[in-house]
Amino acid sequence: MTETYRSSTLQAPLALDGGGVLTDVTVAYETYGALAPDRSNAILLCHALTGDQFVASAHPVTGKPGWWGRMVGPGRPIDTDRYHVVCANVIGSCMGSTGPASLAPDGAPYAMRFPVITIRDMVRGLVGLLDALGIERLHAVVGGSMGGMQALSLAANWPDRAARVLAIATTARHSAQNIAFHEVGRQAIMADPNWREGGYYAHDDKPGAGLAVARMAAHITYLSEDGLTEKFGRRLQDRAEKTFGFDADFQVESYLRYQGSGFTKRFDANSYLYITRAMDYFDLAEEHGGKLAEAFAGSQARFCLVSFDSDWLYPTAESRHVVHALNAAGAPVSFVELSAPFGHDSFLLDVPALDRVVKGFLE
Amino acid sequence: MSAASSTDLRPDLAVIAAHIEPGTRVLDVGCGDGALMAALLGKGCDVRGIEIDGALVETCVARGLSVVQGDADRDLVDYPDHGFDYAVLSQTLQTAERPDLMLSELVRAGRRAFVSFPNFAYWRMRWALLRHGRMPVTRHLPVSWYATQNIHHVTVHDFEALAQELGLTIERRWFFTDTRELRPGGANWRAEYAVFEVSARG
Repeated sequence: MTETYRSSTLQAPLALDGGGVLTDVTVAYETYGALAPDRSNAILLCHALTGDQFVASAHPVTGKPGWWGRMVGPGRPIDTDRYHVVCANVIGSCMGSTGPASLAPDGAPYAMRFPVITIRDMVRGLVGLLDALGIERLHAVVGGSMGGMQALSLAANWPDRAARVLAIATTARHSAQNIAFHEVGRQAIMADPNWREGGYYAHDDKPGAGLAVARMAAHITYLSEDGLTEKFGRRLQDRAEKTFGFDADFQVESYLRYQGSGFTKRFDANSYLYITRAMDYFDLAEEHGGKLAEAFAGSQARFCLVSFDSDWLYPTAESRHVVHALNAAGAPVSFVELSAPFGHDSFLLDVPALDRVVKGFLE
Repeated sequence: MSAASSTDLRPDLAVIAAHIEPGTRVLDVGCGDGALMAALLGKGCDVRGIEIDGALVETCVARGLSVVQGDADRDLVDYPDHGFDYAVLSQTLQTAERPDLMLSELVRAGRRAFVSFPNFAYWRMRWALLRHGRMPVTRHLPVSWYATQNIHHVTVHDFEALAQELGLTIERRWFFTDTRELRPGGANWRAEYAVFEVSARG
């Protein structure tokens, strides 16, 4: 990662949930829209597992448009003519924020010496950035998937920092199934001989094969069976007949391979290990004495949760679980299950109802 | 957000809005498009809604209202005891799986409850049934028996009996035909629909 990204180095060391301390933490970020003179119009956008700070601008590595450009921009539901949008790369990731690929104080990459972090540790980094930017209270914190976990964590642990909390297609705890899929991905990476116990940074050969398999397995969980059937069915890839071999005969195989290999060009395998671990450790109730309602007891924020009927990764029941806790805590909460065919990825795709809900909730 | 004044509201909602104290906490069960909620927000109330129809929830959230998509038959139990000053159930009691349980939940979640419902003993209903021997289809109950969501038809007397059976106090009651408020005499046959304010006794 030789590119330099806009970033802030936190003044204070980060004390982590695992007991360690990270010093000289860098948080890379992008902003969109002007900050009001009274600093009241800031929205913190939290990205998902493999996301980054380039929410509404071209990705510097792939050149692709921002990952939520349809939602964020002038005149969009998160309107950058009105709001100052801050999106930061989480710690543990690889787009400029401190992570396993960063140099440790001894001058060598952390690799597996990087401490295991949690979602709350990521949010500690984000709160550190807000402090550095002089943003005391957010108009809203918004996130989907792992971004939603961060939004909920911020609301629970820094209840005064956000007036509104919008958590989309997310959960307050990782289920056994969620952990299981992540473990498949991690084992794929660690089974790649090029992984070298995480110490591959000085080598030309990276554990791309393992990382690609991890991405392929995870990508299936972001889609729905109906979506896959509609997009690919059993159609063959650029051929009239099955080859009776193990080439990518089916379009769906070709698509997954493309997704996997494309991913390795922009993502660090060790970051994938650390971030999936943080997600697996996430259990907001556990942090608050086993009762999720306790997590939100001190909150003055308004909440909105959105789920999608075709999302089997973080199904509606998970959002309802959070809603029940918020009700028990007496917090003002909205919740809607939207109908969309795209599975978990629906939150990133064309779902006009989501646009209306996001816009309405933020106003 | 449109600040719907009480005069724009359906008559039963207007009565409810008029009798809810400003600045109180209100749970609107089956809140529809949020018309009552918007009116109560205008009175400084802290209002939450439950609505089963996703499109209506979306409308409410887009209006800035705090509405949870859910099924009142199942989800009311998740609300804490007396977390609200008032719980409102407008034109929904007759759609409940168990209206008795829902009414009990209502006065548990709220200190007081407003309940409005179409009166099945209204004289036009009686006449339609007597004359044609068919389930009535009227202005207030416009859907045929096989498609209606109203699975537990109720009369003014039935409601009063249920309230007594559940040990509830009837605080106030209002009766209407079309948009006209009636005096209470003979309400069980004269009223097209009714609004009751009830509370748990003691």
